Amino acid sequence: MIQADLNTILPEIILAVFAMLGLVAAVYTSKDKLAPALVWVTGILMVLLAIWIGAAGGVDKIAFNGMFIDDGFSRFAKIAILLSAACVLVMSQEYMKRRGLLRFEYPLLVALSVVGMMVMVSAGDLMSLYMGLELQSLALYVVASLRRDSAKSTEAGLKYFVLGALSSGLLLYGASLTYGYAGTTLFSGIIQTAIHGEVSVGLLFGLIFLISGLAFKVSAVPFHMWTPDVYEGAPTPVTAFFATAPKVAALGLFARLLHDAFGAAVSDWQQVIALLSVASMFLGSVAAIGQRDIKRLMAYSSITHMGFALMGLAAGTVFGVQAMLIYVAIYITMNVGTFAFILSMERDGQPVTDINALNLYSKREPGRALAMLVLLFSLAGVPPMLGFFGKFYVLRAAYEGGLAWLAVAGVVASVIGAFYYLRIVYYMYFGEEGSELETNRSPVLWVFLMASAVIMLLGVVNMFGVEGAAAAAAATLVN
Amino acid sequence: MEEMLREYLPILVFLAVAIGLGAILILAAAVLAVRNPDPEKVSAYECGFNAFDDARMKFDVRFYLVSILFIIFDLEIAFLFPWAVSFKDVSMVGFWSMMVFLGVLTIGFAYEWKKGALEWQ
Repeated sequence: MIQADLNTILPEIILAVFAMLGLVAAVYTSKDKLAPALVWVTGILMVLLAIWIGAAGGVDKIAFNGMFIDDGFSRFAKIAILLSAACVLVMSQEYMKRRGLLRFEYPLLVALSVVGMMVMVSAGDLMSLYMGLELQSLALYVVASLRRDSAKSTEAGLKYFVLGALSSGLLLYGASLTYGYAGTTLFSGIIQTAIHGEVSVGLLFGLIFLISGLAFKVSAVPFHMWTPDVYEGAPTPVTAFFATAPKVAALGLFARLLHDAFGAAVSDWQQVIALLSVASMFLGSVAAIGQRDIKRLMAYSSITHMGFALMGLAAGTVFGVQAMLIYVAIYITMNVGTFAFILSMERDGQPVTDINALNLYSKREPGRALAMLVLLFSLAGVPPMLGFFGKFYVLRAAYEGGLAWLAVAGVVASVIGAFYYLRIVYYMYFGEEGSELETNRSPVLWVFLMASAVIMLLGVVNMFGVEGAAAAAAATLVN
Repeated sequence: MEEMLREYLPILVFLAVAIGLGAILILAAAVLAVRNPDPEKVSAYECGFNAFDDARMKFDVRFYLVSILFIIFDLEIAFLFPWAVSFKDVSMVGFWSMMVFLGVLTIGFAYEWKKGALEWQ
């Protein structure tokens, strides 16, 4: 019994043991000199685990009496998490090294947070949900304040920690109410109490508090306040990490909780998720207009995109979950490319994040400017880039789920949001003469930027099979 | 529904009393008390002499590290006690679970030690 359970969570065990061994090995030998090698080894291990999880596939397994679920949905999310984390790690190595931030703890903390995320998307119980969430969050608080001598970075870490603790409190309160009224912490048990008769008021309160706690983690309005400050203050590679893997994990957990535990009460949470979605889309689009710092701008952009992803979830259907998975897969691919570009922006060896620095960038770097143009069009959702199809899927899901007003609001928000993406394109191609921006010619960053842009163009053909995989994953979740 | 709400009536009464009493005490200080401030009365009192400096000062981050270490080992004891009491009833799985937990804690401790967090120069 225990043997089968351990086999089911073998990928998580391998990554966790690797992180602990790496910690001890590095601290007892050459310390930070080992860091570049550790970054690569961690990245390669994550890619190997992703390939293994994808290739193993097969039957759905339940371990530890239902606390841990290994199904198509969790495998899809885990592959996305592992690959995006590996990309960000490899991208960040040079940037961190040149600024003296490459400590050996960095790749190991990222690995530990990825273990937490893998537990999150596989959680089948409120306890394993919380454990995964905390393991992820604690590691993220530390990496946010990795630049210890910078007031902004420590502020980002502290702010994230305090607000994260508050949201964990909300979530725990919701979990305790749910346990009190459902009599169990197992998702499969909670859904039984909801099926038999009405959802009681207490259970409803528990559901709302759980949603509030999770909305904080996906930075949905009105729980978004930490996002711009943390994105701006954290070192750029860490920001890139925040914008990718944790979002997949939190959305996966969201979908898992709402469908596995509260799938019998769709009408109860549908309105709440729709409200979060519409508020995130509009606030993200409008507030980003005033931003001059590209990292803050990406923070508001991520709020908007989470709004769109939640729109798929709000539909409450299998197709809705499929649309959400496709959306988030496209979103992280775009973000990896965009942050590869942001990481290469510098002047006199110092990172630059002001968007005015991009004036007439296309004259100096036509290739990179073109790749960034493709990515920005894709982020804005301009056809025929892949980003448009992500939006198309969630809009269709919302419409078919009976939320036509939400789909209309989404289109309006997307038009407003297009302005600030296109403004960057305008600066790059038609801006004024002025500040000179230098470019970091690291081949790794170039490869990620170009690969991401090419995917945005070529993915239109068949989405590299993500569509079918997402459909299969969604089918295992919703039943 | 009615039944359930009635069960919570004592809590409601308690809340009303607590808030009411607290409000009365605070308002009484504002309404009834005689206020006659002078510089000596409002200055900080520190054993009869003037305050040396501000009470809000920076202190060493090592205090924080030590207190974190304390919490970790405190929690470890809190887990070990029930485990030891029910030792006969937990299976081998229970035994090895605790061993893994202690192993993970030891790794963290070894890291902190080697990193020099316990040295106090």
